[in-house]
Amino acid sequence: MTAAPFERALDLITRVRGVRGAMLVSAADGLVVAEHLMEGIKGPAVAALAGSLANRLGRAMEAAGIGRSVFWHLQGTDGALLVVPAASGILVVAVTDANVNVGLVRLELLGAAGVVG
Amino acid sequence: MSTRAVEAWTLAPLKRFVAEAGARLVLLMTPAGQVMAQHGFSRAVDVMSAAALGAAIMASTAEIARQLNQPPFAGLTHQGERHGIFLGAVPTSRGTIVALVVYDLDASSAGLVQLFFEQLATELQAASPKEGVPKQVLAADFERELSDSLNTLFGR
Repeated sequence: MTAAPFERALDLITRVRGVRGAMLVSAADGLVVAEHLMEGIKGPAVAALAGSLANRLGRAMEAAGIGRSVFWHLQGTDGALLVVPAASGILVVAVTDANVNVGLVRLELLGAAGVVG
Repeated sequence: MSTRAVEAWTLAPLKRFVAEAGARLVLLMTPAGQVMAQHGFSRAVDVMSAAALGAAIMASTAEIARQLNQPPFAGLTHQGERHGIFLGAVPTSRGTIVALVVYDLDASSAGLVQLFFEQLATELQAASPKEGVPKQVLAADFERELSDSLNTLFGR
């Protein structure tokens, strides 16, 4: 697969009002695969920490016997981090404003996760 | 796990890096393989081997970069099934410091190590003494210097 479908998938996410950026992150490495971010967002830092979180969250969910994660929503005071893990081990990540339409972003994230496999 | 330094100013940045990046083993050394600080090693012979191999890898990659007419590589990551290795260089007022980092993949990642390596580099640059010329180790003194460093690192 070339980078073009990835770019298209990220573009669809960032078109949602209130989305500051979207990224594809290798969950195992915590490295950026592709990104579409507004200036000021530290892509490598978000990727590294999201990858680490995915690893630990996965182990917690496994220990709790509730299967694999399909969507995370981390709400902060000034924004939110929304993540959908794709089957291939890629995390589709959106960095958003606090009042974003979470349902719409989730739909786009799931669509992007389908694209990356 | 013990963290010890021959050069005291490297100790605090190294401890922070280990805590943040979740590294298992770390060596800070000169490009010649002279050890400045270490974390996680329990035997002097392992430090000597790791320092020699790390210095050799840095020298090899620097030569590859030179042959490509490029500046030296900023970092080198090698990932295995359960562990990863990261090598990076930091220019400081005391000369270049090479960091060799070994991390477990279930506790850390290449991204985390690279992220916090940037912070380590900044802190080492800020902490490095600005006055005085770093002592050059001559070949004739190398063994004694190495022995002194290992004694400091392993409290002998």
